[in-house]
Amino acid sequence: MAGGDRTAVSGPGGGPAVTPRAPGGREAVEAVWRIESARITGTLARYTGDFALAEDLAQEALAEALVAWPRDGVPREPAGWLLTVGRRRAIDAFRRRSALDERYAVLSRDLPEGGAVTGAAAPDPAGPDRDLLWDPDRIHDDVLALVFTACHPVLSREARVALTLRVVSGLTSDEIARAFLVPTATVQARITRAKKTLAAAQVPFEVPPPEERRARLGSVLSVLYLVFTEGSTATSGSEWIRQDLAREAVRLTRVLAQLVPDEPEVHGLLALLELTAARFPARVGDDGEPVLLEAQDRRRWDRAAIRRGRAALVHAGRVGRGLGPYGVQAAIAECHAVAPSVDETDWERIVLLYDVLGRLAPSPVVELNRAVAVSVARGPAAALPLVDELARAGSLAGSHLLPSVRGELLARLGRFDEARREIERAVQLCGNERERELLRRKADAWV
Amino acid sequence: MKYMLIMRATDETYAAFQDVDFSEVVESMGRFNDEMIRAGVLVAAEGLDDPAKGVVVDYSAESPVVTDGPYGETKELFGGFWILDVASLEEAVEWAKRAPLAGPGSKTEIRRVTSIDEFPQDNEWIQKERAWRAATGQL
Repeated sequence: MAGGDRTAVSGPGGGPAVTPRAPGGREAVEAVWRIESARITGTLARYTGDFALAEDLAQEALAEALVAWPRDGVPREPAGWLLTVGRRRAIDAFRRRSALDERYAVLSRDLPEGGAVTGAAAPDPAGPDRDLLWDPDRIHDDVLALVFTACHPVLSREARVALTLRVVSGLTSDEIARAFLVPTATVQARITRAKKTLAAAQVPFEVPPPEERRARLGSVLSVLYLVFTEGSTATSGSEWIRQDLAREAVRLTRVLAQLVPDEPEVHGLLALLELTAARFPARVGDDGEPVLLEAQDRRRWDRAAIRRGRAALVHAGRVGRGLGPYGVQAAIAECHAVAPSVDETDWERIVLLYDVLGRLAPSPVVELNRAVAVSVARGPAAALPLVDELARAGSLAGSHLLPSVRGELLARLGRFDEARREIERAVQLCGNERERELLRRKADAWV
Repeated sequence: MKYMLIMRATDETYAAFQDVDFSEVVESMGRFNDEMIRAGVLVAAEGLDDPAKGVVVDYSAESPVVTDGPYGETKELFGGFWILDVASLEEAVEWAKRAPLAGPGSKTEIRRVTSIDEFPQDNEWIQKERAWRAATGQL
């Protein structure tokens, strides 16, 4: 079939003519890649035992698809097609390396002879029934090993995020760069450096052994959380929400919840992300300005996401080891999700949950949030000493959060001059233009 | 974005289906659904009973006319649906291509699912519907 051509054919039973969509445009290739990339890269990494090589091979297979599919159409078994190309490229690589390396010499001796494996011939467009490498019993472990490797603690946070989005989500360097507002070359450099780091540290491609697993899972969860928060609040620039990125983080967490169903914190994180994403439709006003929780039109919240989030939280509790920090944060988000208004929110329960969170994962941000909850539950006079204590300890010195909360509390106590000074400090420290504007307007209202 | 994958079939498809081993259908459909669950894209799915057991209400005449049996000339029977939350129409298409459906006249139609946000929010009935969605956690 001539790809790219739109051929009108008569409909069945002499019905109206139908026009097939172009079979293999770039968008179709990218759609297949989003579905298949994790399994392709995971399978190739198991086959080669080399994560960095597998990532290169997967990218080569994708590049070939971008040439071949628009011409020949999307193959019937796209995953098999991509794997076949990847495997051929692997064999080429083994042969090149076998001259230098005994290990690859052994691998290449087992390969069949003949031109078909050199990669010169294109795979059968109809595709084999999956590839020889495809093993349905191994595939989930391969994807899980891929996630653990991409989020390995030897990598920097930026590298973990870029690598996860590349190999697990199947995003291109361009897409990752757009999502993080950095140049494409920066993303490419991060990925190249990350692969070298993994090779230098001789990180094996495997699901970590049980004794390491809990800690390594923590690294994976923090990467997913980071992708989500980057998507839901831009750290810089004027775009308040990049929902595609946040939604991708939710999808990846769902994938992980299927892969490790017995870990409460995976479900806790899923609950937290679903319950937070549920507020997205109400977080930006018609004028594009951010709307804070207390001013949001709660009718706009995504109730299906709330239902999924609450179900995930129930699941996290049912595993039976108690909630972790993500689960407790999800429980706090649930208090908001089920409340018809700010006044009807169970703030005492939120204070209690922050107490728990403060013990599970002590941090000045948690203490500050607890102080905010205390201010609503028991009034600003009860909360101010907590915030003053944080200020005395020098916590959060570089963040706009502390002065903005302190300013708010002072204003509620009628100490407007002090309040305005705090807000001015907050404006200076805040990196997000929209948030700065919000702070300024708040201070103006006190005049 | 949410898309509905609508299973369409003809009476021919249903006739051919009679010869298929039901446990095989459960197996292949189960695998397909599991793949979409594992990929984090499946939002909802339902299947419909035999169209011969259905009833059609026709509004062409002044008062509605009710007939037993399948809709129309059984060329466009609606067998069930999936709702997927995916990044693009193309991704929905790629999932549809993986569905374990086969046979004469067997098709999947793909349509975007609209959101209540796209309707006038000051309308009283939209607000009532929102309240129902809020109470029951509907999409």
